[in-house]
Amino acid sequence: MTKEYNLTIDGQKIIAQEGTSILDAALENDIFIPHLCHHPDLKPEGACRLCGVEIDGGRMVMSCLSTVGEGIDVKTDSSEIRQARTIAMELLIADHHMDCLACAAANDCALLDISAYLGIQPDRLERLRPSDKGLPIDESNPFFQFDPNKCVVCGICVRTCNEIVGLGALGFINRGFKTVIGTFGNKPFTESICESCGECVVRCPVGALAPKTPKFAAREVQTTCVYCGVGCGIYLGVAGDKIVNVRADRERPTNEGSLCVKGRYGFNFINHPDRLTKPLIKKDGEFVEAEWDEALELIASKFVQSKGDKFAALASAKCTNEENYLIQKFTRAVMETNTVDHCARL
Amino acid sequence: MNDLIAYQQEAASVWEELNSNDMPLITVGNATCGRSAGSIDVVEAIQAETAEIGIDCNVIEVGCIGLCYLEPIVSIQKQGQPMVVFGNVTLKQVKKLVADYLVNDQIPPKLVIGTIGEEKIGDVPKLFELPVLKPQVRRALKRCGFIDPTSLEHYLANSGYSGLTRAFDVGPERIVEEVKLAGLRGRGGAGFPAWRKWTFCREAESDQKYLICNADEGDPGAFMNRSLIEGDPHALIEGMIITGYALGASVGYIYCRAEYPLALERLRLAIQQAEENGLLGVNILGSSFDFKIKIKEGAGAFVCGEETALIQSIEGERGMPTPRPPFPAVSGLWGKPTIINNVESLACVGLIMQNGAEWFAEYGTEKSKGTKTIALVGKVVNSGLVEVPMGISLRELIFDIGGGVPDGKKFKAVQTGGPSGGCVPEELLDIPVDYDSLNEVGTIMGSGGVVVMDESTCMVDFARYFLDFAEKESCGKCVPCRLGTKQMLTILEDIVEGRGKPEDIDLLEELGEAVMAGSLCGLGQTAPNPVLTTLRYFRDEYEAHIYEGKCPAKQCKEFITYHILDSCIGCGLCLRNCSSNAIIGEPKKLHWIEQELCHKCGVCYEVCPPKFFSVEIRTGELKEEPA
Amino acid sequence: MTNSIAEIDNAGTLFVIGANTTNAHPVIGQRMRRASQNGAKLIVANPKEIDLVRAADYFIQHRPGSDTVLLMGMCRYIIEEGLHDQEFIADHCENFEDFQESLDAYTPEFVEEITGVPWEQVAIVARTFATNKPSAIFYAMGITQHTHGTDNVMAVANLALITGQIGKPSTGVNPLRGQNNVQGACDMGGLPNVYPGYQNVTIPENKAKFEKIWGGELSAEIGLTHTEIFDAIYDGEITALYLVGENPLLTEANAKHVREALEKLDFFVVQDLFISETAQYADVILPAASFAEKNGTFTNTERRVQRVRAALSPQGESKPDWWITSQIAQKMGEPGFDFSQPSEIMEEIASLTPIYGGISYERIEEVGLQWPCRDADDPGTQYLHKGKFARPNGKGQFVPLEYKKSAEIADDEYPLILTTDRSLYHYHSATMTRRVAGLEELDSNEWLKLSPDDAAQFGIEDGEWVEVYSRRGKIKVRAQVTDICPTGVCSMTFHFHESPTNEITNPALDPVAKIPETKVTAVRVEKI
Repeated sequence: MTKEYNLTIDGQKIIAQEGTSILDAALENDIFIPHLCHHPDLKPEGACRLCGVEIDGGRMVMSCLSTVGEGIDVKTDSSEIRQARTIAMELLIADHHMDCLACAAANDCALLDISAYLGIQPDRLERLRPSDKGLPIDESNPFFQFDPNKCVVCGICVRTCNEIVGLGALGFINRGFKTVIGTFGNKPFTESICESCGECVVRCPVGALAPKTPKFAAREVQTTCVYCGVGCGIYLGVAGDKIVNVRADRERPTNEGSLCVKGRYGFNFINHPDRLTKPLIKKDGEFVEAEWDEALELIASKFVQSKGDKFAALASAKCTNEENYLIQKFTRAVMETNTVDHCARL
Repeated sequence: MNDLIAYQQEAASVWEELNSNDMPLITVGNATCGRSAGSIDVVEAIQAETAEIGIDCNVIEVGCIGLCYLEPIVSIQKQGQPMVVFGNVTLKQVKKLVADYLVNDQIPPKLVIGTIGEEKIGDVPKLFELPVLKPQVRRALKRCGFIDPTSLEHYLANSGYSGLTRAFDVGPERIVEEVKLAGLRGRGGAGFPAWRKWTFCREAESDQKYLICNADEGDPGAFMNRSLIEGDPHALIEGMIITGYALGASVGYIYCRAEYPLALERLRLAIQQAEENGLLGVNILGSSFDFKIKIKEGAGAFVCGEETALIQSIEGERGMPTPRPPFPAVSGLWGKPTIINNVESLACVGLIMQNGAEWFAEYGTEKSKGTKTIALVGKVVNSGLVEVPMGISLRELIFDIGGGVPDGKKFKAVQTGGPSGGCVPEELLDIPVDYDSLNEVGTIMGSGGVVVMDESTCMVDFARYFLDFAEKESCGKCVPCRLGTKQMLTILEDIVEGRGKPEDIDLLEELGEAVMAGSLCGLGQTAPNPVLTTLRYFRDEYEAHIYEGKCPAKQCKEFITYHILDSCIGCGLCLRNCSSNAIIGEPKKLHWIEQELCHKCGVCYEVCPPKFFSVEIRTGELKEEPA
Repeated sequence: MTNSIAEIDNAGTLFVIGANTTNAHPVIGQRMRRASQNGAKLIVANPKEIDLVRAADYFIQHRPGSDTVLLMGMCRYIIEEGLHDQEFIADHCENFEDFQESLDAYTPEFVEEITGVPWEQVAIVARTFATNKPSAIFYAMGITQHTHGTDNVMAVANLALITGQIGKPSTGVNPLRGQNNVQGACDMGGLPNVYPGYQNVTIPENKAKFEKIWGGELSAEIGLTHTEIFDAIYDGEITALYLVGENPLLTEANAKHVREALEKLDFFVVQDLFISETAQYADVILPAASFAEKNGTFTNTERRVQRVRAALSPQGESKPDWWITSQIAQKMGEPGFDFSQPSEIMEEIASLTPIYGGISYERIEEVGLQWPCRDADDPGTQYLHKGKFARPNGKGQFVPLEYKKSAEIADDEYPLILTTDRSLYHYHSATMTRRVAGLEELDSNEWLKLSPDDAAQFGIEDGEWVEVYSRRGKIKVRAQVTDICPTGVCSMTFHFHESPTNEITNPALDPVAKIPETKVTAVRVEKI
């Protein structure tokens, strides 16, 4: 049994489990502390220096790195804290390619949120020297792009690829101001060991790693991925009559929020123009569109004559349980044979 | 243990024999500083020359005695005579030196520096009475320059490994107690009490603990650790074994930059010698303590001097600091309790165990005990490696030991503690060199680099230079350091290049304080020191740049113009050397500089013969029309 | 899988043999790499240096077809060193003595000769597996697609039994099922010998039970398997084929034979999303709805029954497969097929299938349930064989094994062994994935992966077109010279109709499982 601690954050009494960071404890209790490099799935990094708090009136500590303790009194705001956060944010913004309207982060941007929270003033920003890195955007991957000019070097993508994906395709390159995130040798993503799973893209707090698919759907439907036997839980994002994106189900024990490239990005076949939309009957060697009734009547009439050893059915490892059940039931109960199989062995 | 004592005795007699037999003993400083002055050739030449004229002598290569400005240094001890030390013995001088002193007993006056020993020879001064050495107390560097660093026997004969035997006698707790009594503070920069750090590690429960020696020495211009390793590698090995024993660590790493090939060579040999003689390995000297030392070569990143980044680097990752806690003493290398001390600290551990805590604490101030090695460089006459008691004043260090500023120029400031140290103006030169006093005036002890600046140094440009270093060496992880140093650097560049704005001074201060307060590791936390201290002590120079368009040190090109004075006799030297054809004039007539064309390279100033002194640098003046 | 995916996190040792996890089961591959980073020992045994090797502590590169020998060699070492779990063997297993005797043949020399792996390597992974517990074995088609695939699986089971690494968390014999619902298709009786829930068709009580619910008389004879079906069609015995959502022209070994068979059919119905290569031969093609357009359930590799939900209405006039089958039956005037929604079908499944007895849509709403789940109160089964085995006496049976060669071995005429695998970017015959532009961009054609030595020997340059010949035919493909293949072994996927790998693979079957030996085909490679 993990211990629980009583503590106070901004006067609010809360209870948190031993080992929880002050930042997580605050966020779980709907107390906002600005943060950029923190992600609940990942080990803390302490890099953005935005989440500073004061404990028992002492000196400022990073709340992502400090764990809760019994009876501690945490203040998430003071003039000193605000000053430190404001300067850090101003530095980030001065270094950031600001084209918010055209940005793929689509307003889902931690930089904008924190800037609004802190009330960053344009006139203070004007004192700083803006930087224009002018770095090329890596658009090599068909599913996402990387714009280093928008990158805040929080390292979430690097840690994601290390800690979640276990791959390590990303790292920090260069030193100092020139530090960028990149693949080994700073090659395009598609020339690296990147597996395009998009876990980093999902976690990017700004618009640096951004999907090329729309970020928002009109509604979502919880279902199960159709690729491979892992059976990852997914949410299909729907807009109009199209699937526009896929999101991992964090609650499903199979994948706990992870997906691969096919699961996350491989849904366009659903709305593909090649999809069959009408029954086809081969007449004189050519497929001709037919109505359902005609097709079903034809099949029924042929199958009636093919019962027993003359008939075979191949069910499908891609269809649902219910469908497979019906196919074998049909074969056994209607066609009077056990010759039903599927490609389990292939 | 008995084996070692026997070996120590044997070594003592070998040493005695070496110093007292009838063959002259010739030592040549052959550390990196000596080698860069040509000492390798000098050694060969001495051997060849003495062989040719048929003198039997012992020539040994030793480390650096610290007088780097006098390298190559050759010392000769003839039987019954004090040792005579010669400096600037270049290849050309070898023949003369051998002929004069070795053969004819004549001391060449231009080469001699001093003598070592009780006796005096004529009016040759005693070496340690020289102003450069007299205020020094050589303890950590005691053997440097006197023993052959490749000889375990030389080390043993000079109380080597007696600290280790004593350590095994008294046990780990007493070692920690002794180090505490000695008041040893980390020599690597922060000055954290060594015993306290050790205690965290000792108290951490773990099947495995590590000791790491930080021999990365990333400060530009610093070479204290390199010299110590090159001149006396066993001092470090002994200190490490004792510390490992005190901590309960069975593995030690020496993290040393690959740019120190000689130091690495010396270390490898010393480790091998120690292993062969049962000083490293299993059951060391029958103590049942096992300890091995591995060397890890670093790639020379400044940030890898930071403990957690250094650990990352040893683990094969990019050297980037990680958040603390956990502190390495609790969870460090491979997640195990790890102590990182620098070379000098570990060598001091050996000294303390050899000579006792009281002896160690004889020198120093109340809170900073012992001596400190310092690399004294910059605009100072006697640049080199020195060791002084803590508490000596900066003034003594610079003017007595260092011999003051050369070329008759005026002293302006001194920077202590490496690139992240602050600078101290003349009016504060009487402060003592100790951890706390330096902190009070806005700088740090660091690992012991001291850079002296004269009146020709522009303090804004100085700040820009070190910010440039800090920004480039920042690991890029945390926002204040990565972006804050860059912002400050850009502003400083703007100021020195004439684009400074009045609000920039406040902005620099604000940013500097934010970077200091907000950065993740020591690199960022100290990076603004050069800016903040120059703003504190030399704000007028910033203001001159921004408000008056002047560079008081006449260094920043944007603010200076070159002019030819009426004393010009038209020799044409400047004209011929001007790469931008900006100098106009007829032979034997007054020349002038076409300001539009001048690139301000300063060649005219350099080449104009001192007897005419006809080129002048002015600052804050409008460009003049040609005369 | 006997155990569950999430248990990977807590394993001491993960032994992955004959599975290219990061390509074929990427999210499990991620989890394995993560476990390895967090301290688990990862052992990868594979003829090719697959991506997972980068994360592995030990890599065993054994020859194609030598799995049984490797595994039996490991067993021998474990017993010789006394590292086996004697208490577990005594309490929970039988036939140990016979098994132990059969190990005599697997001397270090023999194991080295057949597998090409130094005995020290066999020993160290065996020791790791037997001592760094809990240890779990994962395998896939690299184990099963052999003429002795059943032996391979038995060898895997033997290793788990001697170390007692089954019936406990983070252990087990864990076949990674390839397709999304291959587990469910088997569970549902999509097999010629069993009714849903693996109830054998030859057992009269089972037949009677299903006859009672379904009505009519059922055949007591075991039907034909996949490969046998095409033989029977070829021989004119089967004249009508009802094929749902499969593309055997690309996936079946010796596809030429399949094509010739399909041409002989009297009547051939295909249900699919697209006109597949196989559907070209159909008399009627029925447009099926995709998974995003229908309700139902899939059962994953860890036996978890999970919901599939309609997010869109079916494209055009396409219909869910369950609706189509029901309609055909109804048109034939048959009762028992008037379902209005899949949940009703699941109710019938649950009533007839003991291991699904407790499954209902209501209960699997959020995270699903793992079978066996026998009644409404059964929380499902995280791992199998807890306490006892699913055999009449509750004991696990050791199986003595003899080494059997693969049906084809390299010779002068066909000097290379071709083995097949999958690409991360494509799925099975790629009818879906090749219609995703981005996936097609990332991986748009077949590569014959070939070792540098073999490439040099046959004068083949990286990227050039070659022809690959086997005893069954030839295909054109581009060569990729790579050191992931050892000398003598080459590799292809089977996703690309332009280079249909299964035209040349070996259809020789495992006598028990009837699985073709697509992992070992003797081939010759020629420049074009």
